[in-house]
This record gives sequence, C-alpha cells and structure tokens, in this order.
Amino acid sequence: MTVPLALLGLLEREPSHGYDLKRDYDTYFGRGKPLPPGQVYSTLSRLARDGKVVVGEVEAGTGPDRKRYVITDLGATELETWLGAPADAEPHLQTVLFTKVVLALMLGRDAAGYLDIQRAAHLQRMRELTEIRRGGSLVDRLLADHGLFHLEADLRWIEQTAARLGALADEVNS
Amino acid sequence: MSERDDFIIEARDVALSFGETPALRGANLAVAAGEIVAIMGPSGSGKSTLLHCLAGILTPDSGEVRFDGRRVDTMRETERSTLRRDRFGFVFQFGQLVPELTAAENVALPLLLGGARRAEALVRAGQWFGRLGLDGLQGRRSGELSGGQAQRVALARALVAEPGVLFADEPTGSLDSLTGEQVMDLLVASAREQGTTVVIVTHEPRVAACADREVVVRDGKVTSLTTERLAS
Repeated sequence: MTVPLALLGLLEREPSHGYDLKRDYDTYFGRGKPLPPGQVYSTLSRLARDGKVVVGEVEAGTGPDRKRYVITDLGATELETWLGAPADAEPHLQTVLFTKVVLALMLGRDAAGYLDIQRAAHLQRMRELTEIRRGGSLVDRLLADHGLFHLEADLRWIEQTAARLGALADEVNS
Repeated sequence: MSERDDFIIEARDVALSFGETPALRGANLAVAAGEIVAIMGPSGSGKSTLLHCLAGILTPDSGEVRFDGRRVDTMRETERSTLRRDRFGFVFQFGQLVPELTAAENVALPLLLGGARRAEALVRAGQWFGRLGLDGLQGRRSGELSGGQAQRVALARALVAEPGVLFADEPTGSLDSLTGEQVMDLLVASAREQGTTVVIVTHEPRVAACADREVVVRDGKVTSLTTERLAS
C-alpha cells in the first residue's frame, strides 16, 4: 500500500528512471523484501494513468529504463496529504497469538506450552534483528529497531497472558 | 540432565526456601563455557535466587551447584569467597560502585583484593576505560558519573580480573533503552572477546535477545529450555 507513495516521494526528490527508483526503494525501504522490477513498472503505469506522474524525456534506446518519470501536482498533493496524516494506530485486537491461546484453553490443550514456543520464536527473531543492528548502517539499525520494539510488545503480552492463563481458562470455559 | 564435560556451571535440582516461602523447587540449569544465557521469568519466580545460588552467594537447601566440576554448595564460606573474587564477575542493577573510590580504583578493586600491586592494578584497570568508551573518567567518583557511565565502570570492574563467569542481574534495569543497549553491546562484545561465560537475569526481551539462548524460571523451576525446544 505504501509502495506507490514511497515511489512518489522518491520522484518528488528528483525525476528518475524505474531502475533508479527500485534501487533507492530497496536501499531505504525494502530491506529483506526488495521490490520486484515488474511491480515498479506496473506501479508507475498506474500512477501515470491516474495523473500522478508523467513520463518526461525519453532517452534514446529501447526498454522501460529509458523513461524518466516526473511527479505531477496531483501526485505531490497526494504525497503531502499522506505524509501529514497519522498512520492507523492498529490495536491488533484479534491476533493469531490471542486466537491460539483462547482456542487452546477451550480445547484443553497446552496453552502455556504454546506461549513458551512462541516466546522462543520471538526471541529467535529478535536475536537475528539484534545481529543486523550490530553490524548495520543507521538505516539498518532503525529498521531492526522497529521490528524489535514490535516483537518486544508481543513478548510483554505473552508474559502477561502466561501469568493469567488460569483466570483466562476459567473465563473462556465458563 | 545430561552429563557434559563442557558445562562450566551447573545447578542440579536446586531448592531453596526463605523461611516458609519456597524460592526454588528443584531448578536445573547447565551453562557451557563461553555461552551467554539469559534467565527470564516473572517477578518473584526465583530467577535472581537461581543466579545467586549459581554464583555461590546463596547456599541451596538441597541439590548441587558445580563450577568447573567442583561443588560450590558444599564449599566453606572462605573458599566460596575466594572463588567469587577470583573466578566470578558481577554486575547488578544499582549501587555497585564504592563511592569513596575513583572510577579507576573501583575497576582495579578485584585485582587489588586478589593481591596485585596498586600500580599494576591501576594500569590494567586503565586499559578498560578506552575499551568501554570511558576515557577521561578515571578520576571521577560514582556521584560524578551518569547512570550509563557508572554501569560501564561496573562492567569493567566485573571483567578486569578475566573471570570464568560473569553474573549479571538486570544490568540495564536502571538505564534508558539507548544507554542500556550500549551497555549490553559492550558486555556481549567484551565477554566474547575474553571467552567469558555470562549468566544474565533479565525481564527485558531486548537484553535476552543478546544471549545465545534463554531459559524461563516459573514457580522456582526452570520450566522451559525454550530455544532448545524450538530447535528440536
């Protein structure tokens, strides 16, 4: 969902070829999940269709990389609006974690064991992100931090829930 | 628990009560040489008590604690005191530095207590200030250090005598997240460099994520060797 807006942002910085946009997107936003080249060009086509970018000078030669894309006023306005609006503060109230715990309790399964395994899985991922932060650039470190803080929030919930499993079992089985 | 020669420290079926209140009820933990292990668990679960038993600070009512194959729980107090001074390092959450001493003297303390000459001890202590980003702070007293600086001085003091095991109990608990992270990065890097085994009690997931594996203490028992379970 943020890919078109990220590309608009990169284009507001300067008109660019699709190849340059992909490179910059992967450098700053796509760590571990690079943008497929096809998605770059299909997104640019949609942005052009909707009047948010135009194709500027076309350099000699063939292929999509010869096109230089330029953001329009409409595109710049959409980008400005998006940058100023808060992202949804998603509460994730019905998470997979919660559903598994409640179902385990309802079915008399080992909910505490599930939480232990989930804790280990979260900590394993946190270890990987911690390694990334140790050797990485500031961009890598801040991206890893984002993941670490979210996983940490989940872990706090896991500990809280583990401490209240008895009461939760009473409630869901009453 | 399996028998392994490379476990440097072990608790076997350790139980300890404070009056009528059981703190540990048969806890088992074995840590390999050079390993960094985090002990997690809710408040009051017994994780700090387990660490204190492993470190020979507390004596269990039953069970065994072994360091390098030797029984710690049956040692005389003088012997345990020597073991703690010569082979173990400690980092706690609060108030570890001797306020009357300078930072350099605090770091040199384990060497001085071990019989090193003052000049030699201060030289060895001084080497840690650069390693831990504390250059220029050698002459300050604890009241003149920030929380992060004081904790790094405490870390230097814990490692200066090149202990076999570093015991850390909530070492970043009184620090903000950025400072805590710096302290943990230095702790892990220094321990790896020296090959020091680390046992660290923490309730903070980010601290536990710096360890090679974590164990969870609940109701006085090590209830899950979770990383091992995940890998199996």
